[in-house]
Amino acid sequence: MRLSENAKIATRLLALAASMLVFAIFVMPPLYDAFCEITGLNGKTGSKYEAVPAAVDSDRLVTVQFVASNNENMPWQFRPSVVSVKVHPGEVMDTVFMAANPTDRDMVGQAIPSLVPFKAAAYFHKTECFCFNQQILKAGESAELPLRFIVDPDLPPGVNTITLSYTLFDVTERVSANLDNKNTDSEREG
Amino acid sequence: MAHGPQPGFKRWLYTTNHKDIGSMYLWFSFAMFLLGGCMALVIRAELFEPGLQIVQPEFFNQMTTMHGLIMVFGAVMPAFVGLANWMIPMMIGAPDMALPRMNNWSFWILPFAFAMLVSTLFMEGGAPNFGWTFYAPLSTEYAPPSVTFFIFSIHIMGASSIMGAINIIATILNMRAPGMTLMKMPLFVWTWLITAYLLIAVMPVLAGVVTMMLMDIHFGTSFFSAAGGGDPVLFQHVFWFFGHPEVYIMILPAFGIVSAIIPTFARKPLFGYSSMVYATASIAFLSFIVWAHHMFTVGMPIAGELFFMYATMLIAVPTGVKVFNWVTTMFRGAMSFETPMLFSIAFVILFTIGGFSGLMLAIAPADFQYHDTYFVVAHFHYVLVPGAIFSITAGVYYWLPKWTGNMYNESMGKVHFWLAFIGLNVTFFPMHFVGLAGMPRRIPDYALQFADFNQIASVGAFLFGAAQIVFLFNVIRTVQGGSKASDEVWDNPEGLEWTVPSPAPYHTFSTPPAVR
Repeated sequence: MRLSENAKIATRLLALAASMLVFAIFVMPPLYDAFCEITGLNGKTGSKYEAVPAAVDSDRLVTVQFVASNNENMPWQFRPSVVSVKVHPGEVMDTVFMAANPTDRDMVGQAIPSLVPFKAAAYFHKTECFCFNQQILKAGESAELPLRFIVDPDLPPGVNTITLSYTLFDVTERVSANLDNKNTDSEREG
Repeated sequence: MAHGPQPGFKRWLYTTNHKDIGSMYLWFSFAMFLLGGCMALVIRAELFEPGLQIVQPEFFNQMTTMHGLIMVFGAVMPAFVGLANWMIPMMIGAPDMALPRMNNWSFWILPFAFAMLVSTLFMEGGAPNFGWTFYAPLSTEYAPPSVTFFIFSIHIMGASSIMGAINIIATILNMRAPGMTLMKMPLFVWTWLITAYLLIAVMPVLAGVVTMMLMDIHFGTSFFSAAGGGDPVLFQHVFWFFGHPEVYIMILPAFGIVSAIIPTFARKPLFGYSSMVYATASIAFLSFIVWAHHMFTVGMPIAGELFFMYATMLIAVPTGVKVFNWVTTMFRGAMSFETPMLFSIAFVILFTIGGFSGLMLAIAPADFQYHDTYFVVAHFHYVLVPGAIFSITAGVYYWLPKWTGNMYNESMGKVHFWLAFIGLNVTFFPMHFVGLAGMPRRIPDYALQFADFNQIASVGAFLFGAAQIVFLFNVIRTVQGGSKASDEVWDNPEGLEWTVPSPAPYHTFSTPPAVR
């Protein structure tokens, strides 16, 4: 009688512990991603945006600055072709980043965006971005990496300058170790 | 029915007796306390003067990491579980723990976990060197190869804690003597019940975060790797979702111990029993919604900073209720100052100091200045050393005559107390000053102007270490013999544990006692 009571409590508590483990691994990370996406926390920008026709707000001019930096041990040369552009909200804008692989081996790079101010992150739409995919550069090769974006006309007033930063990571080893996930991973996070 | 223990070593290996297992937990945690303490002394010796004298920075980082891990998971937590094993069945009139075989298992996996953790010191690349908070990517991309052993040892410690917590809850809910209603339980039992729920809620989160690290390191996932679309800041959120309740896991049972000792030596019943219970429950609840106060500087929206700041400050209210109740219990009491009482009074005073520096750290704009300085080190050592360690020590002195049947040496106990009290304050109080002056934590070398206070702190650390040798000696002497303790031991103490003979027989309360 008493033993079965104990076993019942133990089972219930064990189930609680197991559900907390599931919560930590399978719920918290997606929840955090969703939270960041909604709030623009950490300057995470959205994934590929399907352009919808919108009126260009020609009264307003927003400065968009580009920053390119390399993660530790990433030997590529990586820089924006222009460091700053002025756009009207709603206007489609194209720019390119320049990347060159000066080493004598083929490499794969992945650019990770971050944007300040955080509250502008949800209003910065990329219809085309090199950061959606991994970039493969053969030894000595160089490339122009395209970016096409629209600043949403609903951009909160007071935001006059947006800084978009890309950090380029060397993912050569990660890709060779993990070929299968290559596309899914890079699709998920833009 | 009643039968004695098996002879020899098998007694300890096969035992399902709560007293045997409690003793093993306590001895194990004391061994870990000495080991972690030696590592602290390596740290303090290196910091005695600026420049590098004794150890290299790489090894220094391994020492800070291992010191933290061993003290948190090896010394403080098992000591509280040991006290729970010994005292909870005796306090609620139960013959043993609810799940005695699981109890044996939850103890015996611990030595293996710590053997694995300590063995990393001898591995190529050295032991974990990323701090006890093991922030990614330090603990993933930049970690030494031994990190995998660290991860598995954390898994085992987590399993041990969860099993221990399940056992304690089942015991408290199912095994109370007739008439022992929840609101009649001693406060130590109450605080442990709440702590056990905290453990079950957050130890799996710790297991989860190290599992995610394992996946990132070995299986190509990117939970915390920015290159693969993950986020290192996520690590901090998950870790501190575990970590903040964890600090209450290390202090709530201490509240229970002190609430047992102060009434005995003030010769007055505990003031505000039910408010103590509700305050403990409130602290436990609040501990789940304040985690980001450890990460004010990661770049949170202002609303987040404010929420976590106010929620953190709110914790001062139930904690203040507790301190008020202890002080009021002592007020106009017929106080005497035996060793357990000295440690308990020091607990109340010094824990309050630690609480106040916690309030300073809770102020988000000010925290940007204090963050990752020695002020933080001073703060959490003021809550953990006089909080957890002093209360455990007080509990050991208080119940040791009941366990062994012998009185400990009172003057040696007082020597221990004063050495520890002075050593502790000399060690940790100057850290407030160097921290406010800007000395960062976890550095093997420092700017010249911090030298004086660091020398004082190092002297205090060795004094505090020496005090523990006195403690060990006193305990061994008491186990071996000494003047006989009466069944009540103290002057009219409250609780069922004082109704059984001293030393407590191998089996107590085989028939449930009558509870008034």
